[in-house]
Amino acid sequence: MLTRLLSGDTPRSGLLTVLLLIVLISLAFAPFLFPGTKSLETAARICIFIVLVASYDLLLGYSGIVSFAHTMFFGIGAYGTALALNTSGPNYGSLIWGTLAGALVAALFALAIGLFSLRVKAIFFAMVTLAVASAFAVFVSQMSWLTGGEDGLNYKIPRELTPAFKLVNEKVLGVRINGKLVAYYLVFFASAVLFLVMLRVVNSPFGRTLKAVRDNAFRAEAIGYRVVWYRTTATVLSAVMAALAGSLLAIWLRYTGPATTLSMEIMIDILLMVVIGGMGTLYGAVLGATLFILAQTYLQNLMGVAAEATSAVPLVSTLVAPERWLLWLGVLFILSVYFFPSGIVGRLRAGRA
Amino acid sequence: MPSGRVCLPYFLKTTGRPALADERPILETSDLTIRFGGHVAVDHVSCSFDRGTLTAIVGPNGAGKTTYFNLISGQLKATDGAVTLNGEDITRLSVPERTDRGIGRAFQLTNLFPTLSVRENVRLVVQSRARKGFDLFSIAESHVELLERANHVLAEVRLVDQADQAVSALPHGDQRKLEVALLIALGPQVLMFDEPTAGMSVDEVPVILELVRKLKADMDRTILLVEHKMDVIRSLADRIIVLHNGQLVADGDPAEVIALPVVQEAYLGKAPEAA
Repeated sequence: MLTRLLSGDTPRSGLLTVLLLIVLISLAFAPFLFPGTKSLETAARICIFIVLVASYDLLLGYSGIVSFAHTMFFGIGAYGTALALNTSGPNYGSLIWGTLAGALVAALFALAIGLFSLRVKAIFFAMVTLAVASAFAVFVSQMSWLTGGEDGLNYKIPRELTPAFKLVNEKVLGVRINGKLVAYYLVFFASAVLFLVMLRVVNSPFGRTLKAVRDNAFRAEAIGYRVVWYRTTATVLSAVMAALAGSLLAIWLRYTGPATTLSMEIMIDILLMVVIGGMGTLYGAVLGATLFILAQTYLQNLMGVAAEATSAVPLVSTLVAPERWLLWLGVLFILSVYFFPSGIVGRLRAGRA
Repeated sequence: MPSGRVCLPYFLKTTGRPALADERPILETSDLTIRFGGHVAVDHVSCSFDRGTLTAIVGPNGAGKTTYFNLISGQLKATDGAVTLNGEDITRLSVPERTDRGIGRAFQLTNLFPTLSVRENVRLVVQSRARKGFDLFSIAESHVELLERANHVLAEVRLVDQADQAVSALPHGDQRKLEVALLIALGPQVLMFDEPTAGMSVDEVPVILELVRKLKADMDRTILLVEHKMDVIRSLADRIIVLHNGQLVADGDPAEVIALPVVQEAYLGKAPEAA
């Protein structure tokens, strides 16, 4: 049953299983284990990014396609939901049609980009996606009458998903059971389902064919696979998943703007998360996204503590001053890529053999 | 030095084989030509291949043998001329479309899926034939019949023990066997082998040859074989065609073609013996 749920793709490493279980349990009980607004924000962000990073791995790791348009699809999903909630009111109807519309637009965009440019060399596809994504970001910031431009959109979501909605009057285990909690579990379960769907896709005959196309497109054709169709389908699927992740973010944040969805910075973060976790394995997305976001969120605090502790030592305390957190984040990435070239999951699985 | 322009209209029907139900050639190339800039790599080659025969294609390096294969299987598009399979013009079709219609190809330079396991390589071919590639929501391993078929092919080429290894970790000889295994798994009507024994150790060559012999014997398949080893050709081929400078210069019964002066010179690089 569990194996079936995981589509036969078990972690295949004791340590990896433990790590994944820790992530799963922490996220499932995040509101109770780590009370507080900031930790809940982080947990929701991790859930959403696991889906986003996994959907990118579908392209990069499984299909060998380098795309820089992934945040565009993420943004299309987010803006779809945001615009629907903004224009037709904070009800579930607009939430659903906005999400579906976002996913559909993302699929059509991906189909167009795929059919036009997946026939050509990989580098050309990467350039096309970069150009389209940049153009889309400019377009969104210029259409301020619709999208709110650089300021983005603030909107209401259905009341049941907001802190104002009380499910139970008393606190349970010291936590308020309110709409925010409902929203968190919506994000959590939706992410879990999307992740399992992707895990199924990569372990399906289709997913296996993607790996073949990635390994040797020339031979894949010679044994009868229409490579362009497979690549295009993978691009569309990955775009839809990214768009759905975007919709979750839009629901969770109650705000959608270029900085949270479309920026090149997020694109690079996604790329790093895939590489750190391990390309070509969706579990890598889980670990990559979790570690990256934890580092992004808490490294600064950690360094603050370290700086205080070492305040007596002149050079060290300057080095670990909280404002240098980006430097250390960079160092951590260089080290992780150096020591785990096949990502954390690749390393753990290889260690078992 | 006489060039390959000594084009011999030496067409001999393959002999000694029982008459088959369909005598129409399964594969035909007519005036097949490809130019790379000024260089004509394959020059108006017209040739037809009968069902159930094994034709060896010989010629010196650079004669256009592999290019001729590429034109038939679709990796290259002809500048001129046509390829016909079972009476259907397939000249403009893509590689997978030709594969669907029954053309199968093994490559000279090993051309596999290096990060995947040996079994998965074969399974992918079986899966392609079963048209399961676009199945997104079932677990690949749950298609037991595909796995069984893959295992069966692996047993035929004696790669069962290596089935779970990654291809990149496989010794060269085993990769060559897998190359043949993929073609067997594909089960096409026309099988094209491009130097299947190249770079193999002496004791591995017979395994491949035995496979080719078996394919020839127990299937009603048409085999095209590019090969340099004359003893191999003598023992397997029903017919030999000779390419030289992209042109078809000889065609016929093995013993007779090998004896031709033009073959002795063009292919074996020897001066024709006094005859």
